[in-house]
Amino acid sequence: MTKLIIILLSAVFINNYVLSRFLGICPFLGVSKKLDSATGMSLAVIFVMMMATAVTWPIQMFLLNPNNLGYLQTIVFILVIAALVQLVEIVLKRYIPALHSSLGVYLPLITTNCAVLGVTILNIDEGYTFAEAMVNSLGSGLGFFLAMVMFSGVRSKIEGADIPKSFKGLPITLIAASITSLSFLGFGGVIENLFAK
Amino acid sequence: MNAILTAVIPVVIIGLICAVVLVTASILMAVKEDERIPKVRECLPGANCGACGYAGCDGYAKAIVEDNAAPNLCVPGAKATAEALGEVLGIEVEETEPKVAFVHCAGDCEHTEDIVEYEGVDSCKAAKLIFGSKGKCSYGCLGLGDCKNACPEEAIYIQNGVAKIGKQYCVGCGICVKTCPNKLISLIPNRDVRTVACSNQDKGAVTRKVCSAGCIACRKCVKACPNEAISIFNNHAVIDGDKCTGCGSCESECVVGGIQKN
Repeated sequence: MTKLIIILLSAVFINNYVLSRFLGICPFLGVSKKLDSATGMSLAVIFVMMMATAVTWPIQMFLLNPNNLGYLQTIVFILVIAALVQLVEIVLKRYIPALHSSLGVYLPLITTNCAVLGVTILNIDEGYTFAEAMVNSLGSGLGFFLAMVMFSGVRSKIEGADIPKSFKGLPITLIAASITSLSFLGFGGVIENLFAK
Repeated sequence: MNAILTAVIPVVIIGLICAVVLVTASILMAVKEDERIPKVRECLPGANCGACGYAGCDGYAKAIVEDNAAPNLCVPGAKATAEALGEVLGIEVEETEPKVAFVHCAGDCEHTEDIVEYEGVDSCKAAKLIFGSKGKCSYGCLGLGDCKNACPEEAIYIQNGVAKIGKQYCVGCGICVKTCPNKLISLIPNRDVRTVACSNQDKGAVTRKVCSAGCIACRKCVKACPNEAISIFNNHAVIDGDKCTGCGSCESECVVGGIQKN
């Protein structure tokens, strides 16, 4: 149980996918302008990460590994995740239209999100069991959510600030992102030592 | 050769399985979409400006078919679009008039002065929050270009400290109307009409002191208008664009020269 909690917390804070591993930067910079779109995107990411892990972990363990096809991991995962997201969209549109319209365009956008692929591959690399993998992808999704919401706050402050002309737009956004990511360095070692005896 | 096959075959099989699942799912769980939606969407100009009040042209097409939204809300498409929509839907459509934005202020550097030397954030909204106004007239154009930055067509420019609309580029989406913190911009018919280039709500004498182009509500234009299109509202003249025929009889009467041709 302790291990699951450590995995969850370290996925959220220490190994934050956006701010420490630098995966999923595209939606992080692209969709973080407004709080509500940032929230929508993050919820969709959490959802897709968990779905993707639930599907790709068995594929790796029961299909690829026994047949010595581990090297096909990347391409198979991309294929499966893309098909999965499409399937989820069809199902949601049919049975839960409310959720479909609130996730909106973000769901298909995530198909090619590297954070999703990153989670599924790292789950295998770390040698997690199925439960651990699921907890890790939940934590990663929550970490993405945290980074997006925090950064949309930072960006709304930037909007009203008097920024030198040469830094306006993307440059100041990248600088702000790097400072936000630096602040997450402070979490390094905290979680492990919390549970150390 | 074998090594390639062992890699290709599993991927192809997995791809095929995914494809079959997706095709079955899309057939089994197809959501019937009204077939008129794509037809309606085709009639719209596809500018996605949002002037109709819906999220882009797709959203508007959906709203027309499913929620019975009025088919004459498209501003850039104007009459042609409304007629095409009427044909698709088989209904009569009321005509829409193409509109352009107009800045109701003529208080440029020659007519009025600044009272503060503003060096803050380059935004009308910020300047208004801090000082209430940048120039003598607290109702006038701040000239820092919030509307210019908001305009998707780049139709707005700042001249002599007052925002101006490049009529030929304006599509009448009304985004600047919502942006201006002093609510100086309105949409007026895109034909030969007259408008009052002042929004000052003070009494005539006060207006006169702060800006030589300000409307002092002398009522001369009201009397001159043959169509009763002009009225005095909040101490300045307002011309009803729908009633105005563009005869120009008010223009020559105005003592401050504040009535302008569209």
